[in-house]
Amino acid sequence: MKIKPLLPLLLFLLSFLFLSCQREQKAAQNTNSIQIKGSDTIVNLVQVWAERFVAENPDDYIGVTGGGSGTGFAALMNKTCDIAMASRKIEDSEIQEANRNGVFPFEFTVGFDGLAILVHKTNPIEQLTMEQLRDIFMGNVQNWKELGGADLKIVILSRESNSGTHLFFKEQVLRRGDAKAKEEFAPQALLMPSSKAILDEISQNPNAVGYVGMGFSNENVKTIKVASRGSLNFILPTAENVLTWAYPISRPLYLYTNGDPQNLVKRFIDYALSDKGQRIVIETYFVPIRKL
Amino acid sequence: MAGEFRKTADNLIEKIIFLCGILSIVFVSLIFIFLFKEGISFFTDFSIFKFIGGRFWYPTSSPPQFGILSLIVGSIFVTAGACIIAVPIGIMTALYISEVAPKWARDILKSLVELMAAVPSVVIGFIGMVTLVPLVKTVFNAPTGLTAFSGSVVLAFMAMPTIVTISEDAIRSVPWQYKEGALALGATKWQTIRRIVLKAAMPGIIAAIMLGIGRVIGETMAVMMVTGNAAQIPNSIFEPVRTMTATIAAEMGETVKGGVHYRGLFAIGLVLFTITFLVNFIADLFLGRSKK
Repeated sequence: MKIKPLLPLLLFLLSFLFLSCQREQKAAQNTNSIQIKGSDTIVNLVQVWAERFVAENPDDYIGVTGGGSGTGFAALMNKTCDIAMASRKIEDSEIQEANRNGVFPFEFTVGFDGLAILVHKTNPIEQLTMEQLRDIFMGNVQNWKELGGADLKIVILSRESNSGTHLFFKEQVLRRGDAKAKEEFAPQALLMPSSKAILDEISQNPNAVGYVGMGFSNENVKTIKVASRGSLNFILPTAENVLTWAYPISRPLYLYTNGDPQNLVKRFIDYALSDKGQRIVIETYFVPIRKL
Repeated sequence: MAGEFRKTADNLIEKIIFLCGILSIVFVSLIFIFLFKEGISFFTDFSIFKFIGGRFWYPTSSPPQFGILSLIVGSIFVTAGACIIAVPIGIMTALYISEVAPKWARDILKSLVELMAAVPSVVIGFIGMVTLVPLVKTVFNAPTGLTAFSGSVVLAFMAMPTIVTISEDAIRSVPWQYKEGALALGATKWQTIRRIVLKAAMPGIIAAIMLGIGRVIGETMAVMMVTGNAAQIPNSIFEPVRTMTATIAAEMGETVKGGVHYRGLFAIGLVLFTITFLVNFIADLFLGRSKK
């Protein structure tokens, strides 16, 4: 008699085991459900795409999660997502790693983005050259005084190393566009878990400087004008300046699929590249791939 | 017949209890084996001395650098700070609850301390980020409030319940004859507490501190939110640091299963496991002694 209560419990636990197995199989078979994972930079954009797309196709299910470009590539390789969003190009070593896992990354450029350099509102600095930015983020310049600002220690804010924004900024600014160079962020740079965290810290800290995708910038912080290498034409990251490549810290945004896209994956990517999808790119403060 | 059944039932229950009893041992060994298996292969690619003694943690650069000295120092700074704050307050709270407080205050305090243990760490981290971080910046005039000190304060809150409840148990289990004897010899209440109660309960209190440390060193979420995550060796407690736990949590998502970075993070886990194991082991030694 005493064993009886244990039996339902055991069955209950076993059923969980079965359910979890079944669900995994379902995700693989069901073409009406896809998972998208990757860059926090464009997660808002892809989220809006997914919402509008599902509103038009109520039978489809699209899950969108962030985590960083590297996270997205890792998920694509581990086959836990169908589309990886990225704010940087996939690296050769990652392609090889993917091929070894039987995954063949296929690239789509879906928009453009500029990285805004942000400081506190009270910071008197208005503009910086690419070399000055490099000095700041590598720790060669440690006080705002040296750049004509107040006598305050510079606090560098960067994203985590799994962020495509982090890698892009490193390559474009620190390594002067040479991917094979060895420059690194100063060890004292704070690695913030999200663009939101960078914005929050800058809006309350007069010492801080950081970078975020131009879509994240808001009125609580000041955006710095930046000049390209060898020029003294300081400009802001606007849609126009990014599309004409005049703004020096601009980059394409990508979606990656495993092989030639099929079914829902293909329909979703077509939607993203359509005029409708590209208008959403503008809506979320990014730059479309063509003039609309 | 009925007797037969009772016998089998008895036997069965005994077996089940035995199984549950050794389950935790099985789990701990399985966790350790898994950790060891994933972590140890890292050292075939990367020297263990460079790993523990290296100052630079650049896991995604090429070639990557996996030096965790700054992470170990970060963990130690935060943990030591938390102990300096939590240990005196915790022991005094325990003394107050068990020796001084009137019954009504004791009941309220005890349940409140236990409630403190139930607050999720992410909530404590969030409150710390919003209230403590700006406060630390202004009070200590630091370049940023995201410092080791902020992490210590937040962790002190989380270690306190462990320290208070276990040392209170130890203090209460001091035989009343000791106290009566001291009081009968003309000692004041404070003299009795200091010379007799504290001394007799000391092994238990040390065990409480050790368990508190174990909790603190393994804490992740709250620390990640308030310490700034800069992988540098700090000069003072008012500089940003990066702990081992925060590194694993922040970077695990980006890694490819089986890759060097993935195994490097497991190697950090191995170091962390060794440290907490040692701390718990020492705590057990003291707890064992207090029983005698």
